Amino acid sequence: MAALIEIERLSKRFGAFTAVDDVSFTVDRGEVVGFLGPNGAGKSTTMKMLAGFVTPSAGTARICGKDVVEDPVAAKRSLGYLPEGAPTYPEMTVTAFLGFVARIRGYRGAEAADRVAHAMGLTQLEGVRLQPIETLSKGFKRRVGLAQALLHDPPVLVLDEPTDGLDPNQKHEVRELIRRMAPEKAIVISTHILEEVGAVCTRAIIIARGRVLADSTPAALEAPGRTLEQVFRDLTMAREAA
Amino acid sequence: MAALTVARRELAGYFATPVAYVFIVIFLMMAGALTFTIGGFFQRGQADLGPFFTFVPWLFLFLVPALTMRLWAEERRLGTIELLLTLPLPQWQAVVGKFLAAWAFCAIALALTFPLVLTVNFLGKPDNGVILAGYAGCLLVAGAYLSVGAAMSAMTKNQVIAFVLAVAVCFVFAAAGSPVVTEFLSKRIPMLAEVARGLSVTERFNNFTRGVIALRDVVFFASFMGFFLFANAVVIDHRKAD
Repeated sequence: MAALIEIERLSKRFGAFTAVDDVSFTVDRGEVVGFLGPNGAGKSTTMKMLAGFVTPSAGTARICGKDVVEDPVAAKRSLGYLPEGAPTYPEMTVTAFLGFVARIRGYRGAEAADRVAHAMGLTQLEGVRLQPIETLSKGFKRRVGLAQALLHDPPVLVLDEPTDGLDPNQKHEVRELIRRMAPEKAIVISTHILEEVGAVCTRAIIIARGRVLADSTPAALEAPGRTLEQVFRDLTMAREAA
Repeated sequence: MAALTVARRELAGYFATPVAYVFIVIFLMMAGALTFTIGGFFQRGQADLGPFFTFVPWLFLFLVPALTMRLWAEERRLGTIELLLTLPLPQWQAVVGKFLAAWAFCAIALALTFPLVLTVNFLGKPDNGVILAGYAGCLLVAGAYLSVGAAMSAMTKNQVIAFVLAVAVCFVFAAAGSPVVTEFLSKRIPMLAEVARGLSVTERFNNFTRGVIALRDVVFFASFMGFFLFANAVVIDHRKAD
């Protein structure tokens, strides 16, 4: 069976600037890929292209075999996406917001209510369900974004900095959640936190200046007696000096 | 249909903020005040809503862009456009949904002018068919301005720019049929004078206030809205990630 996420020679140029340069990789069911790189390396742009938000300049991306440009609605049905910064509608309550997402995803009545309840359960949002999102703390807002991505139990999850702004306990919970879901899904997370990669990822892709510099298991990258941080610095700093 | 889900969320959004109440109160106060003072509702000695229908398009010229300026600009500012457009709905449905919400809102505002209809029916024997046609015309003018405003809002993340652009473009279509413009054009470029009159929203609207609902006028408004909604969808598709 084909991989759940297939990215082939994906590029994105903004004018003369190349944000993503010929990136290819695939992610199979059961894999959790940690997407690493300095700020501006092209992580978010790659994820936005995979989610069908940014149109690629070249190359293709497929989710569960569906091309994100040719067949965007079908591709998006199989995808749970947490955009960078976890944007949500501030004036809506948590329940209303998740209900909106559930209806767009085609759930109605009791099933929609079940989906919303389940997603709130996974992300521990029950306590704030009737609060407007704008009154919530950063950690709660991030979890609302996460709940929205998990609502339809998608086979593919793309999470842009899912633990940003969470306190250590919340980070731990989100990592546990990702680990629990991992066996049935293909997951890509971007992060600045290198320890997170060792904790939840089965694979790490290091990207800088739009190019993939390393694609391996965290253990293999660390193998010759180096920490992941050293590997990351060596790869990305050398690249910047060049 | 996903467009209706978007419309429902959007309409609820108007009422979740003071926008809706400020808009409705100002609209009702100004429509009433203008009808009874400058419009000379009592002095005319006629049982109709002529003065009211004279002012409504000009009120809409400023109030409708105030309603539409946030439609897309706000989504861009909050980043929620990324969320909305990575949900599994065709983009045109998001465009139509937002438009329908704003249009429904205008319909509510117009419906709340019902005391005028009651008043004129209490004082005399008006032709309620003409009044109904006038209201239909008001709704179509609102729809036309909304479609312009929504398209302008799609082009920028700055709400003030969206507002000013929308007023300017709406004004062109409102003034196109006025004697000042057509006389100026017929002296210099006679061909354009006919075009200007043909594109005038006010000109078409005046037929409605006379109680005439002509197919060609309805087709004009429908294609006007269709054109700007299409432009809106094209702009969103090309500039969604900017």
